[in-house]
Amino acid sequence: MTMQPATLIPPLLALALAPLLLGVINRTKAVFAGRRGQPLLQTYFDIWKLLHRGAVYSRTTTWVFRAGPVVGLACALVATALVPLGGVAAPLWFPGDLFLLVYLLAVMRFFTVLAALDTGSSFEGMGASREVWFSALAEPALLLALVAVARPTGSVSLSQILAGLTADQWVHAGIGFALVVGALIIVLLAENARIPVDDPNTHLELTMIHEVMVLDHSGPDFAFILYGAALKLWVLGAVLVGVMLPVHTGSAWLDMLVALAGMLGLAVIVGIVESSMARLRLLRVPQLLVSASALAVLALILAMR
Amino acid sequence: MFPVLFGLGIWMLSGLAALFARRSPRTATACGVGGAVAGSIVALVPVLGVLAGGHVEPLRWPWAVPCGEFHIALDALSAWFLLPILILSAAAAVYGGEYLWPYRERKSLGPPWFFYNVLVASMALVVLVRNGVLFLVAWEVMALSSFFLVTFEDEKESVREAGWTYLVATHLGTAFLLAMFVLMGREAGSLDFDAFGAAAFAPALANLLFVLAVVGFGTKAGFMPLHVWLPEAHPAAPSHVSAIMSGVMIKTGIYGLIRTLMILGTPPLWWGWLLIGIGLTSGIVGVLFALAQRDLKRTLAYSSVENIGIIALGLGLGTLGASMHSGALTALGFGGALLHVLNHALFKGLLFLGAGAVAHGTGSRDMDRLGGLLKRMPLAGAAFLVGAAAISGLPPFNGFVSEFLIYFGAFKGAVSLPASGAVPMLAVIAGLALIGGLAAACFTRAFGMVFLGEPRSDEARHAHEPGLAMRLPMWILAGGCVLVGMGAPLVWGVVTRAFGVAEEYRALAAEPLSWIVIGSALFLALVGALVVLRRELLSGRVVGQSATWGCGYARPTARIQYTATSFSQPITSQFESLLGTCASVTPPDGYFPRHSAVASETLDACAEKIYRPAFTLLDRALSRLRWLQHGTVQLYVLYIALTLLALLVWKLG
Repeated sequence: MTMQPATLIPPLLALALAPLLLGVINRTKAVFAGRRGQPLLQTYFDIWKLLHRGAVYSRTTTWVFRAGPVVGLACALVATALVPLGGVAAPLWFPGDLFLLVYLLAVMRFFTVLAALDTGSSFEGMGASREVWFSALAEPALLLALVAVARPTGSVSLSQILAGLTADQWVHAGIGFALVVGALIIVLLAENARIPVDDPNTHLELTMIHEVMVLDHSGPDFAFILYGAALKLWVLGAVLVGVMLPVHTGSAWLDMLVALAGMLGLAVIVGIVESSMARLRLLRVPQLLVSASALAVLALILAMR
Repeated sequence: MFPVLFGLGIWMLSGLAALFARRSPRTATACGVGGAVAGSIVALVPVLGVLAGGHVEPLRWPWAVPCGEFHIALDALSAWFLLPILILSAAAAVYGGEYLWPYRERKSLGPPWFFYNVLVASMALVVLVRNGVLFLVAWEVMALSSFFLVTFEDEKESVREAGWTYLVATHLGTAFLLAMFVLMGREAGSLDFDAFGAAAFAPALANLLFVLAVVGFGTKAGFMPLHVWLPEAHPAAPSHVSAIMSGVMIKTGIYGLIRTLMILGTPPLWWGWLLIGIGLTSGIVGVLFALAQRDLKRTLAYSSVENIGIIALGLGLGTLGASMHSGALTALGFGGALLHVLNHALFKGLLFLGAGAVAHGTGSRDMDRLGGLLKRMPLAGAAFLVGAAAISGLPPFNGFVSEFLIYFGAFKGAVSLPASGAVPMLAVIAGLALIGGLAAACFTRAFGMVFLGEPRSDEARHAHEPGLAMRLPMWILAGGCVLVGMGAPLVWGVVTRAFGVAEEYRALAAEPLSWIVIGSALFLALVGALVVLRRELLSGRVVGQSATWGCGYARPTARIQYTATSFSQPITSQFESLLGTCASVTPPDGYFPRHSAVASETLDACAEKIYRPAFTLLDRALSRLRWLQHGTVQLYVLYIALTLLALLVWKLG
């Protein structure tokens, strides 16, 4: 397996465009609320501004708190190298690469949680406690959904699985695919702290999950966290778009354009979900996540008939 | 074979020397530690030789015991299990030298070092012997020596009770093994393992033997629901003993099971299903109980049940592969399980040593009373963090490698096998993902509550770093976790070559493992680059210090923090009916409440709901026979004589 230069396109696009997704989500929400909304590039501005600031650290914290954002961003960066886009394979693709992807996201979470616990804040402890519980339920759903997608193709690598999907399969096994997409959307929303699992815009620390864990971070550390979160949204979004839009037009440029349009469309969908529904009560979230696994299992039953 | 015998000799003699030198704590410690380390180093030579593809002649000496023979051999399987035994025993011995030292005023240090070295020797013997009688003798010596180590602090009632539970559980397990060996021996005509291997067992008998092995060896390994002794005995023992019991002694159960599977030949499908079922139960329920504990060492003990579950998942996968004649599944399942045996020894040993350092430095193991220890014991804390990340299966550490092999095998099966074969694979994938997520919750909790935040008590505030003899073994084990993680393709090469896995199946996992190492290296390089970038960005800027954000509240206290109990509460409350946590709450009362309290405890559900009622019933039934028991020796001799007479009459008549 030699690395081809073209495989660098998906990670480069991720690095460049990931913060844009957050802008699109926010713009969609603004349109729904009848506001003009912040600029589409606001996340870029935020990251740029934060990179130029100093920082404040709690006296309680240790090096673990400082390591959290660094490790988190490093994980997200490697993850971008594992996910294909628009028919172009990822630079790091090998049999079983999806497990490395899932576990890199776990490393990111592990250190974010530890950094939160390092502050000794009850709010951050609360967020950390919710994060570990919900992600433990989201992980089986994600993996089962990926098995359901992989089964028709018989491959064990993310790049090959997504390359092996065709629009034909949507026609023949549409229900199964719809179930998988449903499961993946729930996982995407939960893992990226979006409504209905978590509300990134809430103003009450008590009700947050992800945002509350990073309350004490500031300056470049917080820029790393913002960028890492944007990359994570992009990575999981790219998997979802790969399943939703398995188009092979024959032209590589067209395929990539379709995929990029899909990514932006996904951001619009997330914005619509956020505009049209309230956040679930925290006690209900586990039920939603278990239902994602149930959807994936149903899809598998259909695939194994 | 002679280096191994030499190692055994060193362990036994140094143990005896420690026992005779019990008056002088210094000599006893020196003999115990020195002997354990020297024996391990000597025995390591042939072990590495065999793993590198060498061959060691088996040894057969006649032994006067009926059906017994001193037959020991060192094949790849024995060598693979000996490797963690030797590494961890030596590391834990060095640690124990400092750990036991403060007890020298109150207790003699001779006996604990005698039993420690006997335990090491017996564990080594268990994986070496090839004769049923000798195996049971070694097994029994291992059980007894560890019993005496568990009850080291026998002045505490809880310790005595834990020892008693352990003694009963291990002997019940041995009873099943005795039955298994007798049945095998009757069929094979000899109690020699080679004869067992040559014998052809009828399917019904093979099924029975398999069940006996699962119960007998599973009791030692800690398969749920046979695990009840584990969360009692491991916390009660001194920490370096907990480390070797949890790290390697329970693995002798896994060794026995694998050896039995090898003897019994091609397995039927349901064996694999059973092992996967056991793996899922032990894994998921084990980690849930780990999350419900406040005692750090009890958490680690339940996490051992969870990890034994992961090993059982791998064994189940391999067994299914063997019965379906799928070389890939067999290689990945058994390979993953065997690698996890080594990995668990490394990180669980490390974590128990870390828990010991916490207990040593603070005098407490209650996570709700600890906190902020990373500032007070930075070196031990950092090593504990490596163990916590490794046991959560995170790259670039070793836990990820073994879990990846099992995942990978199951995923291959799930996408390629027909429905009947794919269903257990899906169960393995979903189960392993859930176990992984909950283990991450469990170990962010363990590390976060003990080492991060503000100290929750005076003990934690005045904690101190352990000495070099306790830190060094922790760092060696942490280094092992990194080494196996980053050298995964090499380790996989050793495993597959030692077990004669065909080249095509070796290559199957070798390629992804090399890519994983590349990914991990990239990750580490990026971490390094970002650390430098962050330092550059912050240099010359204002970096302030302040209190943690508390919604504007500027005088936070340590009591505001989330505790270990509150951290896991959303999870434990969801599984309340399973865990059976009993809580007593005294709510604040009146306009000026003075006193309020919450106390909760999670006892083992199996022990409380199954074993306690059963043993109470047994006790009541057997108390009818009390009249036989007089305490008069002469009468007991009479009983023996009468029994012999009755047997003689039965035999002659």
